[in-house]
Amino acid sequence: MLDLDKAWDVVVLGGGNAALCAAITARQSGAQSVLVVESAPRAFRGGNSRHTRNLRAMHDKPTGVLTEQYLEDEYWDDLLRVTAGNTDEALARMTIRASAGVFGFMQECGVRFQPSLTGTLNLSRTNAFFLGGGKALVNAYYVTAEKLGITVLYDSEALELHMQDGSVRSVDITYRGFPRTITARAVVAASGGFQANLDWMRQHWGDAVDNFVIRGTPYNRGRVLKNLLDQGVAAIGDPTQCHAVALDARAPKFDGGITTRLDSVPFSIVVNRNGDRFYDEGEDVWPKRYAIWGRLIAQQPDQIAYSICDARAFQYFMPSVYPAYRADTLGELATMMKLDPAKVAATVAAFNAAAGHGNFDNSRLDGCHTEGLTPPKTNWARAIETGPFYGYPLRPGITFTYLGVRVNERAQVLMEDGRPAGNLFASGEIMAGNILGKGYLAGFGMTIGTVFGRLAGEGAARHARN
Amino acid sequence: MRETDAIAEARREMEICNACRYCEGFCAVFPAMELHREFAAGDLGYLANLCHNCRGCYYACQYAPPHEWGINLPRTFAEVRAESYEHYAWPPRFAQAFQRNGLVVALATALGFALVLGLGLLFTAPGALSTARPVLPGAFYAVIPLWIMQVVALATAGFTLYALARGFRNYWAEAGIPGVGPRAIARALHDIFTLRNLGGAGHGCNDGSERFSMTRRYLHHAMFYGFLLCFVATTAGFIDHSFLGLAAPYPFFSLPVLAGTLGGIGLLIGTVGLFAMKLIDDPMPAARRMLAPDIALLVLLALIAGTGLELLLLRATNMMGLLLCVHLGFVLALFVILPYSKMVHGLYRAGALLRAAIERDLPRAAGGE
Repeated sequence: MLDLDKAWDVVVLGGGNAALCAAITARQSGAQSVLVVESAPRAFRGGNSRHTRNLRAMHDKPTGVLTEQYLEDEYWDDLLRVTAGNTDEALARMTIRASAGVFGFMQECGVRFQPSLTGTLNLSRTNAFFLGGGKALVNAYYVTAEKLGITVLYDSEALELHMQDGSVRSVDITYRGFPRTITARAVVAASGGFQANLDWMRQHWGDAVDNFVIRGTPYNRGRVLKNLLDQGVAAIGDPTQCHAVALDARAPKFDGGITTRLDSVPFSIVVNRNGDRFYDEGEDVWPKRYAIWGRLIAQQPDQIAYSICDARAFQYFMPSVYPAYRADTLGELATMMKLDPAKVAATVAAFNAAAGHGNFDNSRLDGCHTEGLTPPKTNWARAIETGPFYGYPLRPGITFTYLGVRVNERAQVLMEDGRPAGNLFASGEIMAGNILGKGYLAGFGMTIGTVFGRLAGEGAARHARN
Repeated sequence: MRETDAIAEARREMEICNACRYCEGFCAVFPAMELHREFAAGDLGYLANLCHNCRGCYYACQYAPPHEWGINLPRTFAEVRAESYEHYAWPPRFAQAFQRNGLVVALATALGFALVLGLGLLFTAPGALSTARPVLPGAFYAVIPLWIMQVVALATAGFTLYALARGFRNYWAEAGIPGVGPRAIARALHDIFTLRNLGGAGHGCNDGSERFSMTRRYLHHAMFYGFLLCFVATTAGFIDHSFLGLAAPYPFFSLPVLAGTLGGIGLLIGTVGLFAMKLIDDPMPAARRMLAPDIALLVLLALIAGTGLELLLLRATNMMGLLLCVHLGFVLALFVILPYSKMVHGLYRAGALLRAAIERDLPRAAGGE
């Protein structure tokens, strides 16, 4: 019989990778009763982790699916570059070092790995791919949790944490639609960011959010985050910023995951609603640019853009989940995408006249560029002239938000006065902003979630036992 | 393959999978998928027959139902496979046996049983079926004359083999590719005999839940190798008799009986086990229309194995005549219905594995985030 009224040793708010790592570690570290409160229904459990596919890990020699080596300083340099310094070196280096030691835990929990996926060879050295992706990882953690006797509540959302003297006394939740109050000796907040809370997003982005796609779960509404920040917990990260990438505009509003991405931009030109180009499409390889394009498109009228290429370029990027618009002439293509055909024709003509300086090579930065064109295209600038022509509509897709709660190296949540909360820990996206305050490094979110999930679970169990 | 709803659904799902590729490590289907940007119906028939129904991709899928995209490859591919059995069957007029296949196989089972038993009663001396005989050479033929056994066996086996060969030819013409060589054949045989693709890259299938288990793979091995051993036993018996002049029944320590006994036990364990798993399986990734055909065939195979073992145990008693008729009736049913039963999955699966083995050396398109 489920007795929700008892005093739990550890209550974990959230149900993704960071939450499960915390719950499992807490149980393994001696917590007798562990409760996981997951707002999603069982079928959609796992937060954004269900859409992930790998974890970035330090290693000093080839291990399992990871090739060569990836040492602390290189990892740190990569992080420093993408965050432009919006990070905490001590916490970051601690996380990086700990990432080398998570595989034993993960494999004991039934997480399996596979060689890096086709088209991701650039990640085979740094990132370990989950066999079957993030949902398979989440499944493995839930199976483990079940074996360990951890109680999981689905369709149950944490509403309010009652804090007193820097400690959480109880948590109000809805349990399958009915209000309940849970008491716990220690609490782990692992409930993600607020990117699925459109009202909150609207405060910073205005009505442009109506044209945003939320790539991940619709259940990251930031309720716990907001509640904690309202009660004197220290905030970290720019509240107005989020990680945005360029996606197919036809993607579902939520939960489209990775498949709605488009890799066509470097081999295309991109125009806005008015048929004008607005940025150098060939600035760098796509893995280094897709996140910039989310922001660029968000700044265009109606937050929409169109990638246009010809039959020669079509073979150079991954197939997309939505079929390309396809037409024998550029005019027809423009009409299909509700663009002004004359304007598109003029933009392409200007591009073609300026393009082709250098030898095209899709496999590297080829330096094949435009001359006398604003904005320029600095690589892969080959004329768009061989029909049929292909087009994709693009919108900004939001991966996660940066605002979070401040933590220390033991995953303890810090209050505004700098002291740690008595029994409150945090892991995952809700605290990732401490380390990843800007930009993104593939697979690093899962690293933070796993490392801090383990720390939070350990700390919570220790607190509960004492 | 014709453009059907199942084909359209398989194409829709493959186009989503091809943009995701998270399941690449599970089995041969996904690397094979990645060689395409567009999916012709014949290619979808090939991919569906390459799927071993381990369900790894279903439980791992971020887009599985109730997600609006509703990706459910095990079910969709099972539907396409069922259509492919019908589409490639020879002669075409018999193809409709696949439409209500559970019923057809069950009727064949009943008819085979009734026919041989009836003929046994009609054409033997009164009481011959219930006479206990010493286990001496020729004892079986007192029940059913040798020449009848030989004629019926050769005729049914000949027709079955021919029908299977024609079916395979139809399939390969649409779903096959050139390049069959010793290397590809060796790879395909390895995949067939190990069921590598039922392994979830070494961790087993999802038998009914997110948990991984080797149960299905091992049960299928028991059934498959049991069946092969029974086939060895039958062939050895045929050779013993036809060329060495040794008449059945054979002593326990002879190739036909030893292989038959071991095979029968394996077949029985495999079929009963797989049947039991059907009862507790998650219905979501399963195709309803394949349930009856699957169960009908499992039951028929279990009946053959069970009655064969019983015949061995009781061959010195007055049950022998009756059991021989019953056993041979079920064997006859299997041979007659084989090209129109779930048994054909092995043929098309083998063909798919052969194509996948050829394709493994083809260059892959680059791309990706």
